[in-house]
Amino acid sequence: MRKLFNPFLALAAVIFVTAPVVIARAPFESTMGLVQKIFYYHMPAAMMMLLSAIFCGLVSAAFLATKRQVFDNFAVAAAELTVLYGAIAMVTGPLWARKAWGVWWVWDARLTMSLLMWMIFVSYLLLRRYGGPGSEKLSAGLAVFGMANAPFVYISVNVWRTLHPKTSVVPKLPVDFAIPLWWAFAGFLLLYIVLLTARARLEAQRALVDHLYLEFDE
Amino acid sequence: MSTKQMRWWLMFLVGLAGMNALVFGQPGPGQSEFIPVDQVPVTEQLPAAPLLIAAYVFVWAAMLFYVWSLWRRLGKVERDISEVSQLVAKRRA
Repeated sequence: MRKLFNPFLALAAVIFVTAPVVIARAPFESTMGLVQKIFYYHMPAAMMMLLSAIFCGLVSAAFLATKRQVFDNFAVAAAELTVLYGAIAMVTGPLWARKAWGVWWVWDARLTMSLLMWMIFVSYLLLRRYGGPGSEKLSAGLAVFGMANAPFVYISVNVWRTLHPKTSVVPKLPVDFAIPLWWAFAGFLLLYIVLLTARARLEAQRALVDHLYLEFDE
Repeated sequence: MSTKQMRWWLMFLVGLAGMNALVFGQPGPGQSEFIPVDQVPVTEQLPAAPLLIAAYVFVWAAMLFYVWSLWRRLGKVERDISEVSQLVAKRRA
């Protein structure tokens, strides 16, 4: 994995840096115009938040089952990235909504459930930071609950009446809109893999420092 | 206040409320013409560009801040490892 890190980082950087150019060349949407271009960062960030929450829940469940440290390292990394990508989705969404809907926020199913999920992962990080010994197991349980929320966030626009566009928008996108969207998504995904690996490594290094201190004390 | 006076006051207030509803509760006149968007008062126009720029700036700022924070934390933990490794090595020696 370490051998792949630098090529991944370079590729993620290239895609992320060129994404604004690709997005700028995309056509304007008929009713929303310029502001619709927020979609190309908002949707990939929101999708990555959901995928990251699911990944965090899975590795947390694996940690609870096996007690292997490597799973916990990846769970912490994924929780932090869920909060990061969630913050991007939570900020870019209202900026788009202000123009498209006339309001910054509505308490409909999609927005409320997304906020709730984001707050679950913020709680995860707070628990890890201030929870003391044993907090890794409690937070792993919390992450499993956070993961369970993800499918409901995804289907909420199809089940409940909401202002938010439905999930059917993306598969029906014309090619001119789809290319910048998937380009930006690839950038977000590659960057996610790179950051996840680096953050998990940080957690492993911290465990090593603790181990060395214990060795020194003995 | 007598019952008769109270009745008059009540009728007066109900009438006033009814007048109020008639005068202020009616919908405004229907739209008689279409107005081009560039002729709408500036206060009613919401430009998209600042919202778009704000969104993109936030995405980049959040990503760069996280990368910087991660790089800083990794640097610190690697310094800690080298310090503790030296201490352990000294003790063993």
